[in-house]
Amino acid sequence: MPPELTQLLPASVPLSWYLVLSAILFSLGIAGFLFRRNIITVFMSIELMLNAVNLTFVAFSYHLKQVDGHIFSFFVMVVAAAEAAVGLAIILTVFKNRATLEIDEVSSMKL
Amino acid sequence: MHQLWLIPAFPLIGFLINGIAGRRMSKTAVNVAAIGSVLLSFLWVLKVLAGLGSLEDAYIERYFTWIQSGIVDVSFDFAVDRLSAVMLLVVTGIGLLIHIYATGYMSHEGGYYRFFAYMNLFMFFMLTLVLAANFLVLFVGWEGVGLCSYLLIGFYFHKKSAGDAGKKAFVVNRIGDFGFSLAMFLILVTFGSLDFARVFEKVGPMAVEHQAGVITLICLLLLVGATGKSAQLPLYVWLPDAMEGPTPVSALIHAATMVTAGVYMVARSAPLFNHAPIALEVVAIVGLLTAVMAATIGLTQYDIKKVFAYSTVSQLGYMFLGLGVGAYDAGIFHVMTHAFFKALLFLGAGSVIHALAGEQDLRMMGGLRKKIPVTFLTLFCAAIAIAGVPPFSGFMSKDAILLAAHHHHPWMYWVGVVTAGMTAFYVFRAIFMCFFGTYRGTAHPHESPLSMTGPLAVLALLSLGGGYLDVPHYLAPMFGGEHAPHETSLVVISVLAGAAGILLALLFYVIKPGLADALSRLAGKLYTLIYNKYFVDELYDAVIVHPTRDGSRALLWKGFDLGIIDGVVNGAGSLARTIGGGLRHMQSGYIRRYAAWVVVGAIVLLAAAAGMGGAR
Repeated sequence: MPPELTQLLPASVPLSWYLVLSAILFSLGIAGFLFRRNIITVFMSIELMLNAVNLTFVAFSYHLKQVDGHIFSFFVMVVAAAEAAVGLAIILTVFKNRATLEIDEVSSMKL
Repeated sequence: MHQLWLIPAFPLIGFLINGIAGRRMSKTAVNVAAIGSVLLSFLWVLKVLAGLGSLEDAYIERYFTWIQSGIVDVSFDFAVDRLSAVMLLVVTGIGLLIHIYATGYMSHEGGYYRFFAYMNLFMFFMLTLVLAANFLVLFVGWEGVGLCSYLLIGFYFHKKSAGDAGKKAFVVNRIGDFGFSLAMFLILVTFGSLDFARVFEKVGPMAVEHQAGVITLICLLLLVGATGKSAQLPLYVWLPDAMEGPTPVSALIHAATMVTAGVYMVARSAPLFNHAPIALEVVAIVGLLTAVMAATIGLTQYDIKKVFAYSTVSQLGYMFLGLGVGAYDAGIFHVMTHAFFKALLFLGAGSVIHALAGEQDLRMMGGLRKKIPVTFLTLFCAAIAIAGVPPFSGFMSKDAILLAAHHHHPWMYWVGVVTAGMTAFYVFRAIFMCFFGTYRGTAHPHESPLSMTGPLAVLALLSLGGGYLDVPHYLAPMFGGEHAPHETSLVVISVLAGAAGILLALLFYVIKPGLADALSRLAGKLYTLIYNKYFVDELYDAVIVHPTRDGSRALLWKGFDLGIIDGVVNGAGSLARTIGGGLRHMQSGYIRRYAAWVVVGAIVLLAAAAGMGGAR
């Protein structure tokens, strides 16, 4: 980053900004999960929550000058990728069998 | 070492042989094992006693430490002193004769080997009881003879009455044994030992007043044990029913040996009882009441074995009277003579029953004098012995007791004399009804084989002459105490009472046979009361058995078992099902609802964490 640009910005963005942003993203994810009925939207809400958490990890890692948070966020990304593969496969199968993406239609897993 | 342990070991070996292999052995082999083991035991007793000489002090053999735990330190010891020497001779001697007799009596019965296995087991436990050098070993024998008694009363187990009688004997004896166990605990706590020698050593120097309460309590509890085993009031009810067993069992266990175990135990504990005059008084009164009550019942019974059973209860009462008035030696003397003549009475009765193919009712007998002369003669010897005709054995021992009773309290003597009269009456009533008049039955009487008449003859000789074995003189140094002065007038009175009993029986049952029935009709209700044994069984049934059974049914079974135990088990199951039934509504199948639960849970957790840690 050029030195003149650095001077324009504050010395550093405070940690709390990152955390608030992360909380907002996470809440959006929850809201999406709870209130949207399209399975794909629900699925994307999950991804949003995961990434909100990732943001928290990275922010703390930068703030504390430790590498642990980075490593964790990589793990989360790997798991999220795997989950995306499995999840999309499930969604495809559900659509093939039920011809619907309405999540409340898929409620046969109960007593 | 005189190897005392061999004395009970021989019958134990006999029991093992007959018990394990008896089923496949011939009757002769069973006989050899059964009689041989008792014979060896008897011979070994003779050898040991000959080797020990005059036995001024107890001879003790210590084998091994049995129980060691805290203050309990019990070792397995045997001991012989003059008291146990007399008992050993009686038990093995009479036991041998009855074993021989039983080979004849039981020859037609099923379960022949089983019978002799039990008999040998009984001998083993009885000898353990007599040889024991502490209360616990004595208790082992005590319980063991009770077990054998139960097994042998119920020998004809296919008969319900026999099984019931066995159970009754067992249960009633449990009550007594409970008292005995409590007495042992109290002895252990008070004296720190169960060893006879050590307990008596400690109680010896105590003044009579010292710790009188505890020692009196111990003695009364011991007496409870003795009333169970020796069929005294109020626990005598099992003995008449025990006659369901084979007759040799009645003779050996329920007349000559086991039932005298209580007398032996009290005499053994004499040093304790001497420090508890109140308990001793209770012993005398219990004995006297039992003697009178059982004698009156004996007057009215028609089953020949029942007559002799009540006679046994009555004579045991005499022995307790002797113990209670402090004449332990006379009591044990009566144990011995009673073993002779009562075993003979039972074996003779068995011979009559054998001759009549199982008939026990006196009303179905009569006129058998000519048909079975040996049985008649020997039974007659037993009768004159028990009736107190001088100079035979019963006269000797009974008068020793009566004189001591008179010395203690004259009224006890008079009650004893009346009982003696009744004793003479009921025994001769049985003899006259059985052997005189005309035969009223239908069987074809035949004399018993030599294996049965032989022991009868030996016992007859002992019944007649056994009184000359001067047991009181032999035992006196053990028990000490003052001796009742000999008063000829008292002796004459008791002999006259016996003679009156015999003559009345002669009048009622030989000279004027209808008189007894007329008299019993005259007595009416009183006769009914006595004939039905004072309704004691019915009373116990109503007061103890039924409330216990109904209470157990209502409270323990229906209430506790079904209500509480089953309730807890079933309740745990149905509680899990109810909670699960409620919780399963949470599993709706709607993913978003699950997510909502997760969110709610997370919020609750966060709130809790904030509430607990947030203050920091």
